[in-house]
Amino acid sequence: MKTNKLETVTLIILLSIAIVVPFFFGRYLLSVAISVLIMALLGQSWNIMSGYAGQFSFGHAAFFGIGAYSSSILYIDHGISPWIGMIVGMIIAALVGVLIGFLSFRYKLRGDFFALVTLAFAEILRVLFNNTKALKGAGGILIPYKTKWTEFQFASDRTFYFVLLAMVVAATVFIAVMSKRKFGICLVAIKENQDAAGALGVPVLKYKLIAMAISAAIAAMAGTFYAQYYGFIDPAIVFAASISVEAIVPCIIGGAGTLGGPLLGALIIIPLQEISNSIFEEVNGLNMIIYGTLIVIFVVFCRNGIYGRIIRKLKGAES
Amino acid sequence: MQTVQSLLDGILMGGVYALAALGLSLIFGVLKITNFAHGAMMTIGMYTVYALCTGLGLNPYIALPIAIIFMFVLGFIIQRFLIKRIEQAPAHNQLLLTLGLAYIFENVILIIFSPNYKTISVGGFEKALHIGELTVAPAKLVAFCVVIVVTAAVYFLLYKTHIGKSIRAASQNDMGAKLMGIDVPNIRGIAFGIGVVCTGIAGGLLTPVMSFYPTLGESFQLKCFVIAVLGGMGNLWGALVSGLLIGVIESMSGYLLGGSWSDMIIYAVFILILFIRPTGLFGRRNRREN
Repeated sequence: MKTNKLETVTLIILLSIAIVVPFFFGRYLLSVAISVLIMALLGQSWNIMSGYAGQFSFGHAAFFGIGAYSSSILYIDHGISPWIGMIVGMIIAALVGVLIGFLSFRYKLRGDFFALVTLAFAEILRVLFNNTKALKGAGGILIPYKTKWTEFQFASDRTFYFVLLAMVVAATVFIAVMSKRKFGICLVAIKENQDAAGALGVPVLKYKLIAMAISAAIAAMAGTFYAQYYGFIDPAIVFAASISVEAIVPCIIGGAGTLGGPLLGALIIIPLQEISNSIFEEVNGLNMIIYGTLIVIFVVFCRNGIYGRIIRKLKGAES
Repeated sequence: MQTVQSLLDGILMGGVYALAALGLSLIFGVLKITNFAHGAMMTIGMYTVYALCTGLGLNPYIALPIAIIFMFVLGFIIQRFLIKRIEQAPAHNQLLLTLGLAYIFENVILIIFSPNYKTISVGGFEKALHIGELTVAPAKLVAFCVVIVVTAAVYFLLYKTHIGKSIRAASQNDMGAKLMGIDVPNIRGIAFGIGVVCTGIAGGLLTPVMSFYPTLGESFQLKCFVIAVLGGMGNLWGALVSGLLIGVIESMSGYLLGGSWSDMIIYAVFILILFIRPTGLFGRRNRREN
């Protein structure tokens, strides 16, 4: 079987498992599954901009936070449904992404300096939201619990799960389609060698900005979901550097720039953390040590990630 | 008078920032590594001094030289056994590796020392000094003096000794240095070690000044990057001057605007510098980047 077909079949099997599984899950397992999907969604978002297009973002918390805050403020202050708020948040995040991207690329920042700028932007937003009364300050926003689907709230966690699953599937299908089209191929060309891609007529700046906008919008979508599901946000949570890391790590473990990498990465990390948490309840920092160790191991010994490595092997066997 | 006081506080604190950033700047300038474990290494410096003080009953300033040896060995080992393996990989891999290390360091400290705040008191340092209407904590004054001495020492090491020459040669032209018989892998290990020592000393100097906890280093992490970029990556005196500058900006904006707005101003300065002068305030235009 061709690798591409095998990949599609695997992902469809994975999806059918994901559809069936929640009916056998209790409250706890369902909440774990939702954490996995949030990380997967963030991972896919990061994957577009950094995995495919090669623009290493270290500030996805900025977009996640914008998404969470846009829908929540519109909902709390103006009674606008978070579904609409989510769209607004996605648009704002995309615009901010384009702004950050335009400034950075205009001034020719690359590599680590670009990562530092995105990190600094996320930190600025965190301080801004922390200190601005109109944006609810450090106290954050508590979202009243109403269980109306028109207001993005559901009586059962299972419904939340399926909504989130639909978002992850949409993002994944988007990437699958994108990577086969001219746009996706050009993004990879930009990653491999920007100057060569430009010389061959790829509109480098435009494509990079589009990738950033889409990536930011998906992260904002995850942010709105987070706010609606957990019912509470504050700047220290949604603009935290740890959110930015959470977008990166599943891609590193699964494989950046691959279709299923972030999904696999999220499926590995979250359960591993949960297991270590339940075994060593007394020891506080252990799950972060596991997190750190995973990052170190994968960066040093398995740079393409698990999924990336498998795909490479299969493609190698094919040719 | 209040203004002068916060100016003074800013300068004294800025000195410590500068030393930590100096280490970062050295690591970036020589090894081209964006070290995201720098803040965590500063915390390691703090807790090493703390362990020596509580375990052996040492004065922190006597514990500091021992901590320096420990920090150097730690840095050397990390460079030789981990970072070396990915020197040829795309830059963001080094960023991620050091980030992973930061998580490990912070949480090992958390498990060993608990998340509680720790303080160290130095005999005779409890009383603040009064100079006219200004008050100065003696520990801050000592810290500032040590920073100046250490910076001078690092300068001497880099520019007046054979090791320093080898480090600079290896950073300018890896292959050329190898051909001249320089043991480049070890030289890189030493350079990383020196960088880690700088941030370790900065951490150690802060132990009598402020209470500390396992994740304290995180708050210094981005600040160190700001200072190192502002001074020009790899530029020692640039790091010192911009460290003082950031210290003053922080304390003045904290005093004038209040609260955590100062962080925002520092980050905004950072972004502006990256856009307008990525080689730093004192750096020449670097043709090799981009």
